[in-house]
Amino acid sequence: MLEYGSRVVAGVTPGREGMEVEGVPVFDTVAGAQDRHEIDASILFIPARFVLDPALEAIEAGLDPVVVITEGVPVRDTMEIVANARLRGTTIIGPNCPGIIKPGEAKMGIMPEQVFRRGNVGIVSRSGTLFYEIASHISRRGLGQSTCVGVGGDPVVGLDFIDVLRWFEEDDETEAVALIGEIGGDAEERAAGFIAGGGFTKPVAAYIAGKTAVPGKSMGHAGAIVQGDAGTALGKIEALRDAGVAVGDLPGDVAEALVGLLEG
Amino acid sequence: MKLLEYQAKKFFQEYGIRIPRGELVDSVVKAREVANGLGTVAIKAQLPVGGRGKAGGIQFADSPDEAEMVAGGLLGTEIRGVEVERLLVEEKLDFTDELYLGVVVDRRSRSYVVLASREGGVDIEEVASKTPERIVRHAVDPVFGLRNHHCRRVAGLLGYSGEALSSLSSFIERLYRVAWEMDAELTEINPLALTPDGFVALDARLNIDDNALFRHPDLVEASRRGGFSDLSPREKDARDLGLVYVELDGDIGVVGNGAGLTMATLDTVALHGGRPANFLDLGGGASAEMIEAGVSFVMGDSRVKAVFVNILGGITRCDDIAKGLMMARSRMGTEKPLVVRLVGTNEEEGRRLLESQGIPTLETMEEAADRVVSLMGGA
Repeated sequence: MLEYGSRVVAGVTPGREGMEVEGVPVFDTVAGAQDRHEIDASILFIPARFVLDPALEAIEAGLDPVVVITEGVPVRDTMEIVANARLRGTTIIGPNCPGIIKPGEAKMGIMPEQVFRRGNVGIVSRSGTLFYEIASHISRRGLGQSTCVGVGGDPVVGLDFIDVLRWFEEDDETEAVALIGEIGGDAEERAAGFIAGGGFTKPVAAYIAGKTAVPGKSMGHAGAIVQGDAGTALGKIEALRDAGVAVGDLPGDVAEALVGLLEG
Repeated sequence: MKLLEYQAKKFFQEYGIRIPRGELVDSVVKAREVANGLGTVAIKAQLPVGGRGKAGGIQFADSPDEAEMVAGGLLGTEIRGVEVERLLVEEKLDFTDELYLGVVVDRRSRSYVVLASREGGVDIEEVASKTPERIVRHAVDPVFGLRNHHCRRVAGLLGYSGEALSSLSSFIERLYRVAWEMDAELTEINPLALTPDGFVALDARLNIDDNALFRHPDLVEASRRGGFSDLSPREKDARDLGLVYVELDGDIGVVGNGAGLTMATLDTVALHGGRPANFLDLGGGASAEMIEAGVSFVMGDSRVKAVFVNILGGITRCDDIAKGLMMARSRMGTEKPLVVRLVGTNEEEGRRLLESQGIPTLETMEEAADRVVSLMGGA
């Protein structure tokens, strides 16, 4: 992240105060770090079972956003984190996400830089590597990304598609959006309703993973599970198409669709 | 992790939730013993599958003799493909009302939601689609928790008052405590019966968040002893190896890094006319050893004729992938073709290593999907 230009000013690892990593000082607590540095936001790389305490610490310290990369956080802990964040107005990104990136400027996350280039397409995704795949297609077609947000693959996460679409609506740099979804839940269907209702007016191209999923089994992500009839890829694709979204059959189709949408 | 009815009921009892008197039995003799003194009993197959009632898995008996007979007719038979090994024999109670009560994780409110309805004893999804107004919903704000006043409101909206209102409220509070303290994804009582002696949970469902099992070692133990799982034998083996694996029914093994990418790979293979045999997600930053374990596991599946490995490496290093693949091949042999798409961190080194072993690497997922499906063509 430092190499990319992100201003990482402090690290917090209990018991390691006084150390330095790549020139960045380490503290035992967020409060300790704040005594010495101006800090705006936080990113957490912490094993799943220990995420709750530091996440609450970051929220209480007024840091915003708080990005939680970790997969495997108990859903109950996530519910507590999100509820406390709501009290403070803090944005939680994740858990189980690759983070957020503004190509050419900064990233809070683990995405590989080489697939991104600055441009006018916003990306919002539940997946990590599938999002890199689609970003890579977009870059190779001569377009680029304004900001990309990985919201995460868990059933309960800090942001959903609608939250991010609202930001993209206000962002002058973003002229179109790539929405990357998957089976499970109804975030895509609600986003479709939001778009159809006029909440998001710029063109959207989408890809939904999991057409070949088996009902009742979670496919990698805790949130990627078809239950009964609910949360199927086909249901999401139909809802999005009904809202005027160009939904591709292959990940590569998204970039193609965006080229067309942006020309027209 | 999905608990069986008798396991869920045991936990309910510990939290002060009333259940019918009864016991778990695994023989006709025990069935008769338990039935003795309980009057009319319900005899319920304990199975990890839904719809057991409709499949004859719930029956009744009016005497110990009859209980022995009914138990004999159930034990050892198969219901929905699973052998009936254990039965819950419990007293059959009279009731005036049958309710549905559940506490489930709700994605939209990012919290638990309490669901309650007077339409108990039927499929709640049907009620939700036909008469949703008959379901009372309360989203619990984790900051405030579920307090007694919230529960009184739910009970009141269901039409209860007086003593019934108080006792139903306590019931709801207790079920919520089960959900919260046991890290439930879902817990349901359907039906919750109002008997002359008060509310009783006639059935019980409790699904635990797998991500929370580390803080419930007693549950993991109970599950091992209970021997319950809805995983296939191959999936159980995979789980024991720490692999994120779902069995499908085709002949092309699929391995990817990242759940969304791996799902997209399955979809792409299918679109090209192929039939994936499985989903296996290596996750991010897997070591060469983990990669070897995953790829070997897929190669070891006799149904698999070729393996497609799709890697777009961020924190996953392509040279580690290459090393893992080479280890898998030296362990499992080279008869099954390996089609590799390899892009990302250290990709040049990774490609070099694989090509030196005669394993060609491709740049795009579509090309690779096409290649692996065409390899099936002859088969």
